This record gives sequence, structure tokens and C-alpha cells, in this order.
Amino acid sequence: MAASPTATALRATTSPKPPDCFRTLIGVVATTAPAALLLIVVVLFQQAWPSVTHFGLGFLAGSTWNPVTLQFGAWPGIFGTVATSLMALVIALPVGIAVAIVLAEQGQAGIRGAVGIAIELLAAIPSVVYGIWALYVLGPWTFQHLESPVSDRFNSVGWLSSASPRSLFTASLVLAVMILPTLTAVSRDVIRAVPRGLKENAIALGSTWWETTWRVILPSARAGIFGATILALGRALGETIAVTMVIGNNYQIPQSIFSPAYTLASVIANEFTEATGDLYPAALVELGLALILVTLSANVIALVLVRSATARAAI
Amino acid sequence: MNRNRRRQSINYTSIAIAYALTGLALIPLGLVLWFTIAKGLPAASHPEFFFNVERPVDVPGAGIAHAIVGTLILVGIASLGAIPIGVLGGIYLAEYATSRWTDWVRLACDVLVGTPSIAIGLFAYALLVAPFHHFSALSGSGALAVLMLPIIMRTTEGAVRLIPSGLRESGLALGLPRWRVSLQLILPAAAPGVITGALLSVARASGETAPLLFTAFGNPFLNTDPTQPMQSLPVTVFHNALLPYQSLQEQAWGAALVLVVMVLLINLTSRYVLRRQIRLAGQL
Repeated sequence: MAASPTATALRATTSPKPPDCFRTLIGVVATTAPAALLLIVVVLFQQAWPSVTHFGLGFLAGSTWNPVTLQFGAWPGIFGTVATSLMALVIALPVGIAVAIVLAEQGQAGIRGAVGIAIELLAAIPSVVYGIWALYVLGPWTFQHLESPVSDRFNSVGWLSSASPRSLFTASLVLAVMILPTLTAVSRDVIRAVPRGLKENAIALGSTWWETTWRVILPSARAGIFGATILALGRALGETIAVTMVIGNNYQIPQSIFSPAYTLASVIANEFTEATGDLYPAALVELGLALILVTLSANVIALVLVRSATARAAI
Repeated sequence: MNRNRRRQSINYTSIAIAYALTGLALIPLGLVLWFTIAKGLPAASHPEFFFNVERPVDVPGAGIAHAIVGTLILVGIASLGAIPIGVLGGIYLAEYATSRWTDWVRLACDVLVGTPSIAIGLFAYALLVAPFHHFSALSGSGALAVLMLPIIMRTTEGAVRLIPSGLRESGLALGLPRWRVSLQLILPAAAPGVITGALLSVARASGETAPLLFTAFGNPFLNTDPTQPMQSLPVTVFHNALLPYQSLQEQAWGAALVLVVMVLLINLTSRYVLRRQIRLAGQL
């Protein structure tokens, strides 16, 4: 069939599509985000290079940190970081999921709204405010009412002995409070994304609310909740200031969960401004590099999991 | 019958536990706010606390004016950089969502939000402090801008997506070029959502300590020159809280109270603006 006269006329009058300058421009602007991310990793790598070449892989396993003799090893920092974050996760996980269930599945709109706002405010409070609160209120309180009684009773158990007001345990408690909003908000979205039909089927078969939640909704949201957990873990690993204020800053593998310890981020925060020479700052940046590589991979894994879990809601 | 009763009681017990855990989750919020107010008021109830700067230990009349001004300047400069880039980037993510590249940009934003802020501080130190051989407020603002950018980008994207496609199509049907549709039709309609994102990022940046420790560093005097070291509220709290003098610790609590009030006010404002956006988008 021949083209209609109007179509021919149109084709004649419209010039070939001009390049979309606006699109290119804002596309380039948007690229600053991935570029910044890439640049951070590259710059930290470059800054850490003297230490990377000097210590090799032994850096990660070494357990001395001596700026005078220039011996640096990351192991106590890695241990403290991982231990505090995992303990925080164990404390926060049951609470976070319970709140997420209440927000997604239970209660009147009024309660949901109020709890939702409160959790958002919890996320809004600056890290340093949690730090000063933990240093002067939470730490002394747990030392007196929790750590001391427990360590007195279980003195023979190594990992529960020797209570101290600044400790791995106090740091984990603050971290648990700080990652709760992330855990709750992401889990809530994932639970909400579970197809309505699944829930309605379970109810139609006579399931109680709890049976529906425990046997249908949570299993179906499992992957997404796992993603939320990893995301929260990433936040805990990288948290600096609040932990620095309460962990006790002791660069050793702690004997007990009530002993002072150190984390990667805290070492950097405390020592970087005073680090002189070439090797010392480079070693500190290498701690940062280790930290960022771990949190980056945790974040990517978590985001992919959460995204595939919430994408179902759109279908 | 007996079995059903057991199922019922398990059901009610679990609901009770879920609510109890929710209550437990809210306790820290109450405690943090209560202690910040109770311990911060003694320092913050003196007017000179807001107009004076640091003084030697136990000299009365010390204040945090330099930290308040510093935080405003640091976050202000960071906003000047991050908001335009973030808003344009967010429009790109929403308006050209079909391209494969936007998926990567989105992932990068979300990863950047979760990047440890101390690492961003190290990054800003290497790029903006080391070459100039001295700490400066500008380098601190640079670090804060990197933190703010992904938040603004993602909330702008969300706000633009809320705008019904009818508005976009009617603009294009009138023969407006794509850039005018995006900037003169879509952006004003999405403005409250965009402002929400900007406010949230400002609140987050105002409370950050770690990236400022070795960029803006700190300064005991009132300084408005962005090429020089500058004090900020979070750094004041951090340093004073760890010093063994009661008067300095009181100032730390006072500064913490000012910081919390500031951050929570910005946050609540952003919630209010967001609610307007949702209502507005419903009317379009």
C-alpha cells in the first residue's frame, strides 16, 4: 500500500530527529553517582598502596598495631568490627521483624502511622547523639545492671568474664538501635510486596493471623528479609562515631564480650589526623579500603535480593 | 475443639509478643530524646551559649556559636553542589527509565547511601585536603555533598514518577521540547517531593561527624572562610563528650540538644511537604 499523502508531507517537513542534548546532559550529570563510587574505591586503593605492597596479605592477619615500630595488622580491628555487627544483628533482628510485621500486617492505621514516624525519627537521630547517650547513660547502666551481675555469676566462663563500662557489648547494643530502622523499613516493604492472594488464600483456608504470617507470609518474604538483614549488617559494619565513643578503643582481640575492643572505622577516626609519615596513614587507609570493599559487596548482594523481592509487587 | 482453642491462644500470644517487641523498639527513642533534653538544657538554657564561642575550661560563658555557624556553612556549600546535580540526575532516572544505564546509576546510588561515611571522609581528604596541605571547610562540604547526592537523586526520581503521564503527554502534544516538559512542567509539579529529598539529605548531612573529622577538622574560633578549618556541631559533641571536664561535657550535651532539635525539625518539615506532594499528585 502506498503511503498516504499526509504522511509523505509530514516526512518531508520534519527534519531528521535532532540529538537529544538534554538527555545527554542530564545523563552525564546522573553519572556522577557511579563515578563517585568508582573514584572512592580507586582513590582509597591508591592511597593505601604503600601499605598494600609493604605488608601484602599478612596485613589482614597481623594483630599488632604499633606506629612507632611501623608494624600494622588489621586482625583485631576486623574481629571487633565483625563481632559488634553480628551481635547487633542478633539483638536487632527479632525486634526489627516484629515491628515490620506490625507495620505491614497488624494494627489500625493510627498505630501504624505513629510507629512508622517513631522508627523514622530513630533513623534521623545523628550517630554522635547515640554516641554521647551510650557513653553517659547506656554504658554505665548496662555495666551496673547487666554486665557486672552476669560476669560475677559466670566468672569461669571466659567470654562472659571481666565487665567493663566501655565494651564490645555496649557498642553492639547501640549498633542494634541504630540499624533497627533500616531493618524495619526494608522488611516492611518486602512483607508488603508478598502477593495479596497468598495471604487471602491462607485466611480462606481458616488459618489464624499467626499461621498466615508464620507459614505463608514470612516464608514468601524470606529472600527479601535476608536482603534487609545484609543491608543492616552493612550499615553496622561502617558505623563509626557512636561505636568509637563506647567500644573502649583497645587494639586487642577481646577475651570477653564485656571487654573493650576496637573496630576498623574507630581506628581511622581516632588516629588518622595524627598519622605522620608514609606507611602509617597508608595502613589506616588500607583499613578503610578493607571496610569499604566488604560493605560494598554486602550492599550489592542485599540490594539485588531486596529488589527482586519487592519487584513482585508490581506484577 | 481443644486444638482450635490452642491455635487461638498461640495466635493471641504471638500478636501480644509482636506488639511488645514494637514497644521495646520505641524505648530507645524515648530514652535518647529524654536524656538529650534533660542533660542538654542546663547548657542550652543560657542565651550566651548560642552567641559565644569556646572558652578555656571553667571560664564561664562558653558557647557554640562557631559550631552552629560552621554547620550551616558546611551544609550550605554541600547543598549548593549536591542539590542541582541530584535533582537533574533524579529527573534522568525517572524520565529515561527505559535505558539500561539507569539501572546501574540507581544501584550505584543505593550502594553509595550505604557506604561508610568515614571512607568518604578519607576520600575527601585525599582529593581536597592533602593537595593543599591544610584542612578546610570546602573539603568537608565536598564529603557531605557525596553523602547527600544519592539521597536527593533517589527521592527526586520517586517524586517525578508520582506525576501522572498525562501531564507529560499534554506538554509534548503542545509541541514543547522534552527539556521544557521536564524542567517547566514536571519539575514544578514534583517540587514538594524534590524539596523533601533535599531536606532529608540536609538533615543527614548536618548530623554527620565521621567525614568531617579530617576534612573540616574543627576550629575553636568563629570562622566564615570556607578555605580554612571550621567547627561543626557534631564534631563539638564528639570532642567535648570525650574530655574529662564536666563543663565541657555539659557543653557537649547542649550541642547535642541543638543538633537533635535542628535535625528533627528538618525531618518533620520534610514529612509535611511530602504529604502535600502526595495530595497534589492525586489532583493532577
